[in-house]
Amino acid sequence: MRRSALAAVAAIGSASLLLSACSKADDNGGDGNKSAGANAATKGVVNASTQKGGTVTYEYSDVPDSFDPGNTYYAYMYNLSRLYARPLMTFQPGPGEEGNKLVPDLAEKAGEPSDGGKTWTYKIRSGLKYQDGTAITSKDVKYAVERSNFARDVLSLGPNYFQQFMQGGKAYKGPYKDKSPEGLKSIETPDDTTIVFKLNRPFQEFDYLVATPQTAPVPQAKDTGIDYVKSIVSSGSYKFQSYDEGKQAVLVKNENWDPKTDPLRKQYPDKIVVKLKVNAETIDQDVQAGDAIDLGGTGVQAATQAKVVNDAKLKANTDNTYGGRLVYMAINNQVAPFDKVECRKAVEYAVDKVSVQTAEGGPIRGDIATTVLPPDITGYAKADVYATTGNKGDAAKAKEQLKACGKTTISTNISARSDRPQEIDAATAIIASLKKVGINASLKQYPSGKYFTDYAGVPTFDKKQNIGLHMMQWGADWNSGYGFLQQILHGDAIGASGNTNLSYLNDKQINEMLEKAIATEDDTTRNGLYGQIDKRAMDLAALVPLTYFKVLLYRPSGYTNLVSTSAFSGQYDYLNIGTTKK
Amino acid sequence: MISYILRRTFAAVILLLVVTAVTFAIFFLLPRLAGQTADQLAQQYIGKSPTKADIAAVKQNLGLDEPLYAQYWHFIKGIVAGATYNLGPTTAHCDAPCFGYSFKTHEAVWPQLTSRIPVTFSLAAGAAVLWLVSGVVIGVISALKPRSFFDRTFMGVALAGVSLPMFFTGSLAILLFTYQWPIFGRTYVPFTENPAQWANTLFPAWCSLALLYSAIYARLTRSGMLETMNEDFIRTARAKGLRERNVVTRHGLRAALTPIITVFGMDLGLLLGGAVITETVFSLPGIGQYAVQGITDNDLPPILGVTLLAALFVVIANLLVDLLYAAADPRVRLS
Amino acid sequence: MTELSKTGAALGEPAPGNAPDAFLAVRDLKVHFPTDDGLVKSVDGLSFQVEKGKTLCIVGESGSGKSVTSLAIMGLHRLGARGKNVQMSGEIWLDGKELVSADPDEVRRLRGREMAMIFQDPLSAMHPYYTIGNQIVEAYRVHHDVSKKVARKRAVEMLDRVGIPEPDKRVDGYPHEFSGGMRQRAMIAMALVNNPELLIADEPTTALDVTVQAQILDLIRDLQKEFGSAVVLITHDLGVVAEIADDVLVMYGGRCVERGSVDDVFERPQHPYTWGLLGSMPRIDRETSERLIPVKGQPPSLINVPSGCAFHPRCPYADIPKGDVTRTVRPELQQVGGGHYSACHLSPEDRTRIWTEEIAPKL
Repeated sequence: MRRSALAAVAAIGSASLLLSACSKADDNGGDGNKSAGANAATKGVVNASTQKGGTVTYEYSDVPDSFDPGNTYYAYMYNLSRLYARPLMTFQPGPGEEGNKLVPDLAEKAGEPSDGGKTWTYKIRSGLKYQDGTAITSKDVKYAVERSNFARDVLSLGPNYFQQFMQGGKAYKGPYKDKSPEGLKSIETPDDTTIVFKLNRPFQEFDYLVATPQTAPVPQAKDTGIDYVKSIVSSGSYKFQSYDEGKQAVLVKNENWDPKTDPLRKQYPDKIVVKLKVNAETIDQDVQAGDAIDLGGTGVQAATQAKVVNDAKLKANTDNTYGGRLVYMAINNQVAPFDKVECRKAVEYAVDKVSVQTAEGGPIRGDIATTVLPPDITGYAKADVYATTGNKGDAAKAKEQLKACGKTTISTNISARSDRPQEIDAATAIIASLKKVGINASLKQYPSGKYFTDYAGVPTFDKKQNIGLHMMQWGADWNSGYGFLQQILHGDAIGASGNTNLSYLNDKQINEMLEKAIATEDDTTRNGLYGQIDKRAMDLAALVPLTYFKVLLYRPSGYTNLVSTSAFSGQYDYLNIGTTKK
Repeated sequence: MISYILRRTFAAVILLLVVTAVTFAIFFLLPRLAGQTADQLAQQYIGKSPTKADIAAVKQNLGLDEPLYAQYWHFIKGIVAGATYNLGPTTAHCDAPCFGYSFKTHEAVWPQLTSRIPVTFSLAAGAAVLWLVSGVVIGVISALKPRSFFDRTFMGVALAGVSLPMFFTGSLAILLFTYQWPIFGRTYVPFTENPAQWANTLFPAWCSLALLYSAIYARLTRSGMLETMNEDFIRTARAKGLRERNVVTRHGLRAALTPIITVFGMDLGLLLGGAVITETVFSLPGIGQYAVQGITDNDLPPILGVTLLAALFVVIANLLVDLLYAAADPRVRLS
Repeated sequence: MTELSKTGAALGEPAPGNAPDAFLAVRDLKVHFPTDDGLVKSVDGLSFQVEKGKTLCIVGESGSGKSVTSLAIMGLHRLGARGKNVQMSGEIWLDGKELVSADPDEVRRLRGREMAMIFQDPLSAMHPYYTIGNQIVEAYRVHHDVSKKVARKRAVEMLDRVGIPEPDKRVDGYPHEFSGGMRQRAMIAMALVNNPELLIADEPTTALDVTVQAQILDLIRDLQKEFGSAVVLITHDLGVVAEIADDVLVMYGGRCVERGSVDDVFERPQHPYTWGLLGSMPRIDRETSERLIPVKGQPPSLINVPSGCAFHPRCPYADIPKGDVTRTVRPELQQVGGGHYSACHLSPEDRTRIWTEEIAPKL
């Protein structure tokens, strides 16, 4: 799961409610900016402008894992880091699912597969330079992949897909320990503009992998490992002017970036300021004042939401967009009696999804879900295996399934993350629905930081504590069926702890279909397979989809080129945001 | 006197050791006793689906593979003698006092602390001046006119001040004074950069914090003054023919203030260890904010660093309070 | 209290409102404190006079109003949080100036300069945080526009005068560093630093042990001679009275029950309460294990003062006068001899008889 910033958002409840009450009278009228209307940025670019100059400010309530493109896992950092670190591929700035389209960035064009998708070749553009004027070569890309995926002792925060997919990836110890000049042999750089990746199995979505910031070039001579974050060498349109760990980063124009080498970036503002650890309420205020963008892209706080959706004028400045995430409840296949499919189906029918949606914050926070894949993920196919009237659950059908399972009542536990109030509320709503059909579930709360490593993600723990149901949210590392489904449905992913496959489903058919899909070159066939996997998982009642997660973003009036993209969980695309303010 | 300070310093060092040991135990020994393995701990600092080799590498790099007492020993040793850390391509030596590197961000803790102290100090000092002055003035006036309109009004306000949480007053202050009427700045500016801007930005935070504390100090001063003004020596002062103003300040307040110094010193010491909620509400990059981050990330070195620093401030404040008390009240002897 | 008999009326003084001849004259002083429980009549119609160079002792039990009287003269009970509510009437004349109706600030300027006061417990009466010297300097500089240095010299001088050894060193000591006697000497030095013409001493020796008591009384007497001031000394200890007084005023329930020269009061006391006090006085020259007339019972409530003679509930002779007179009629102060007054319903004959036959032999 590419982590969302959601977990870190602190609730400052009572005060914020009051704040919203106080600011009712607040009239924000006179700034002369015509509103583009609600959800405008999910349909097109809002405030499109080529105006240059000014300062764009991002604010975030927490701190990111790292600004180092090789050591981050957050969607918003994937999004932001492109300003100073150009990956081989990236996503086309565009509204909604249009943003899911991969386009070459550092590379001249998309990767050329050969050997049935086991070998991928990229040519990088010519004339590329770092901020210090030195040339960027394909060797720097190779080095960046090596340091970010293989030096796990020091750069451990990013994903490690290359370690899993490259030939010899398991044995290679990374450039810090393995000082041999050739490095990882399965990444070849026959010349300064060519890079060849040799995989241990066919992987038709490799372009998605090289769209992570991990392929952004890092000059080996300038790499200081952990300390690289303090002196990142830019390959993008902006470079670091200052970096104050945990507090603030300031980016200014990179004069050595050449627009001729870059069809995507426009370099509009003079300066980009990223402020960290800003109080969430303050961010909302600043965003509404038109002075900042919420870097995390998790949307406004509850109080602000209440304020803006009830005011037509303010609502016209919002974007209610899918966040590429599914809110669901996993049914643990290894905890009796949910090892029986009928018992699992009883749960599917019993849950009143409307009550869950309400607990999550209403339709603004998510549409009712009936599939594993959310609509903004490539491969989504509309389906509803356990359709009930008005999505309110069907006690009769549930009891029928319970009977078929040989039970009249079930006693179990449901796990949820103690620091996520909405998840607790949703679980409480589910408990109420289940009770009506004779399934008595008790709520067990665990801290989110250890949810996977110590609690729900540990199969022995779940069995011992009789936790048959797990509250869960999932967003993909890349927006394809494979990127989304593999981690939560593939049986091979199950380990002793740290599992994200909380259904503990190990279905041969699903495993095979996943492998087959990723080896399938043809997009249509591949995406069709994802629909089948989704259907199969639902037939097996592996999980109860609850809502397709949505966020409510407020468009800061002073900023230009705002477009909400599915590629980054509905966030605005940060590549070309400019400002009309001086 | 010298030997007194030496003895106190020695006791403080022991105390700080105990504090670190307890903090260490709470965050690392207890989870271990509850069944958490070093692998699970290490896994928190790895991105996703780590291999066994990844976990082993991180464990070794963070020193989590060592027995707990060795980890503790290394931490203490680092503070005294400095330590060497693996950055990847090179190693870095971190000079004493080395509070280690964050498990999560791999940033050295000590520079973080030192860069944050001025922020917390600015917050605490400004607020302290405000609350001490306003609290004492209100307390004195209330005490001189007990049960008057002023007394009842301000003691009521004081009660509200103590009861209202910073989340409320702070957020309200931000809303009113940085958005509704944008009088004050929003982003912290160091004093050395622009003193006017520094004060301007901090002012709402000072006021919010001061409201909380001045309420307490007004009540303290009021009861202290009420008691003192009934003392025999006040009658003596009046019998000398002193003006009432001088009786109140030179004789009454002088005596009533001494116990307040004690409370004030301790409050200030505690606050310097991080005004967690205020810093969070006002987005001030101080010690408290760093502590919250460390706790959220289960990140031992920052937690230990902040705890130690906070304890140090409290210990120093304690010592200063005792010295001040001795200076203020000639009846007190240090021994 | 001399020559009282010269000028008619019960009090033998000029009419109210006119300045008296005496240095200090108190006329019909009333000090009442309203409380939640009722009006406390601490002093309820008190009159007396003191000449320069003379010592008046006010005696009585605690709660009889003697301290309130002294504070009233100093104008102190009007200050502070509770001062607002005090109801005060009558006249206090000091050296021709009337103080009750005077501007508070004017009275303040007299305090410490023309009239000074010594308190019972010098430890609590001196500020614990300032040196003795500082406190004396402060007292001096309130009324004298001099430098600290000059004032300090004066302080050392005064400490020397009151018999504190090594005054130039002790001047920098704190009150808690002094012994009880030395502290009281310092207190006296502080009171006398401005050469006041009236010195009020409120139980100045009560907190001290017997030998020191005598020293302090000697000191006060010596100083009085030297400076020629009038002294009002408040005490419950008749031993002290015998030692130092020229005149004696006995208070009971906020009123004067007997007053006269020290000889009159000790040799020819005219009030049963005075007899009681004399009877309970420890005397070194007699070995009387039996206390003849201990004053039985509790001091009267100042809110509900007993009707008639306030002393009647405790008076063993209350039934001697005919009828209900002791319970219904408040006895007025009457002259019983030259400058000797008493407020008692007993006939002069009864009083003389009881004193000479019953009381005096047992003392």
